Amino acid sequence: MDKRMTAADLVGQLRDGMTIGIGGWGPRRKPMALVREILRSDLKDLTVVAYGGADVGMLCAAGKVRKLVYAFVSLDFIPLEPYFRKARQEGAVEVMEIDEGMLLLGLKAAAMGAPFIPTAVGLGTDVLRLNPELKLVASPYDDRRDWVAMPALKLDAALVHVDRADARGVCQIAGPDHYMDDLFVRAAAKAYVSCDELVDSAWFHADPARARQVFWERNRTSGVVHLPGGAHPSSCAPLYGFDTAHFKAYNASAAEPDGWQAYVERYVNCGEAEYLARVGGLDAIRELPLPVF
Amino acid sequence: MTATKQPYSLAELMICAASEAFVGDGEVLATGIGVLQRLAASLAMLNHNADLMMTDSEAFMVAEPVPLGPRGDYQPKFDSWMGFSRIFDNVWSGRRHALVGPVQIDRFGQANISCIGEHAKPRSQMLGVRGFPGNSISHANSFLVSSHNKRVFVEGEVDVVASVGYNPERLARGWSLDEIDIRLIVTDLCVLDFQGPGRQMRVRSLHPGVAVEDVQAATGFPLHLPERIPTTAAPTLEQLILIQQLDPHNLRASQLKDNPPGVRARATSH
Repeated sequence: MDKRMTAADLVGQLRDGMTIGIGGWGPRRKPMALVREILRSDLKDLTVVAYGGADVGMLCAAGKVRKLVYAFVSLDFIPLEPYFRKARQEGAVEVMEIDEGMLLLGLKAAAMGAPFIPTAVGLGTDVLRLNPELKLVASPYDDRRDWVAMPALKLDAALVHVDRADARGVCQIAGPDHYMDDLFVRAAAKAYVSCDELVDSAWFHADPARARQVFWERNRTSGVVHLPGGAHPSSCAPLYGFDTAHFKAYNASAAEPDGWQAYVERYVNCGEAEYLARVGGLDAIRELPLPVF
Repeated sequence: MTATKQPYSLAELMICAASEAFVGDGEVLATGIGVLQRLAASLAMLNHNADLMMTDSEAFMVAEPVPLGPRGDYQPKFDSWMGFSRIFDNVWSGRRHALVGPVQIDRFGQANISCIGEHAKPRSQMLGVRGFPGNSISHANSFLVSSHNKRVFVEGEVDVVASVGYNPERLARGWSLDEIDIRLIVTDLCVLDFQGPGRQMRVRSLHPGVAVEDVQAATGFPLHLPERIPTTAAPTLEQLILIQQLDPHNLRASQLKDNPPGVRARATSH
């Protein structure tokens, strides 16, 4: 089975109003080339579910988002995401702000086909006051307690970036953490993957230990887009770190009167091949150092 | 222990005071989020609780705390994988103690890092609640606050309760305040805890040169003020040497404005 497609094909399969989950974490392994392709499209009214970074900030800045489901939006080394802040402070997007672990449980419930997962997380906090759709349920057992029923976060589509994939959709994440990408994929009706390297299936067979770096079954992968450097400016460890200078310039652009328009003109409207050239080329991306904490 | 003759910074005093939060914790995952917080947890692991567990702040559990910043030839000693999904598994087991830096704290110990103002249209959007709700209902938490003032220690409740506190109004059916475990709050003025009457926030120790009136004046609600309040212990020479090893690039010096000394002639007014 050959699931290869272009980024334009992929975005062509998305519809206005869809709920889209985006993998990665903050400035790490975000499918940024796919996000840029959405920015180039007419898609609108999206509900975005993410451990957010510049993916969320950019989609907000471009007016693509109706609702955000998040626990945080941050670039980590730049703690506050500038365009997300703007959107929030203008009251421009509807939000469901929940705990990081609740987001995990919501995706897991969707992946399990369960309507909710009971948890203590959220008890006593404003997460419940601010999200009245979150209900408490009485335990059916003898603990005599109320629990938070974290509802399934069903996704119409998930977008994730991986190190390597083959045409069948076997996906490898060699970095130190796969974050919750497996849960985003499992919670979604369709899961689309961009990959830094498209490999022949024999690549996986040559080193059986690598099979442990595959976190979902290929029958969950709906489409594969080969996009070298496709996580830039976020990281794709161990292939490359995040682009500190690029994020700083992006962050600074938010303080300029037409900063977002200038960013879009320079890095989005130019198309992906020209984007790679403008950020220094694939070789320069692959040289970006891995962050040290 | 060797009494320190050499001067120490306020940041170093706060690191040592916060490291005390982990005394007696046993085998829990100690997580310090922020430079001073991470140094405090790391110092605790080296200084008085070798059973603590810690991560490399990315995806692995390490056998000893990793020094901050560029490491030269140092190789972290990985014990096991500890990616984000597994962090939650550990959180929900209760075997963790997090030391974090909230933006607002109220008299109940409820804490906020989400936003300032109305949540629907905040005056200032910050991070979001992150993992605060889950941490606070699952395991021990301590706070480190770099600037003790009434904007942080607010008069009413915090704008967004991201972290559960000792507020009986907010308990769900069947739950008790005993399930909430807030240990220490270390600020640039003092160390606080919740061991006042009826879980009231109490001044546990005052940093050298700080008067109890300074602390109360910088706090938006009444604190429990015991008759005798000790002075926060000065760092020992051993602690200062360990901190230097854990922070070879002196990142701690840039965490507090103008890197003030640990012993102040008199406290700055707020």
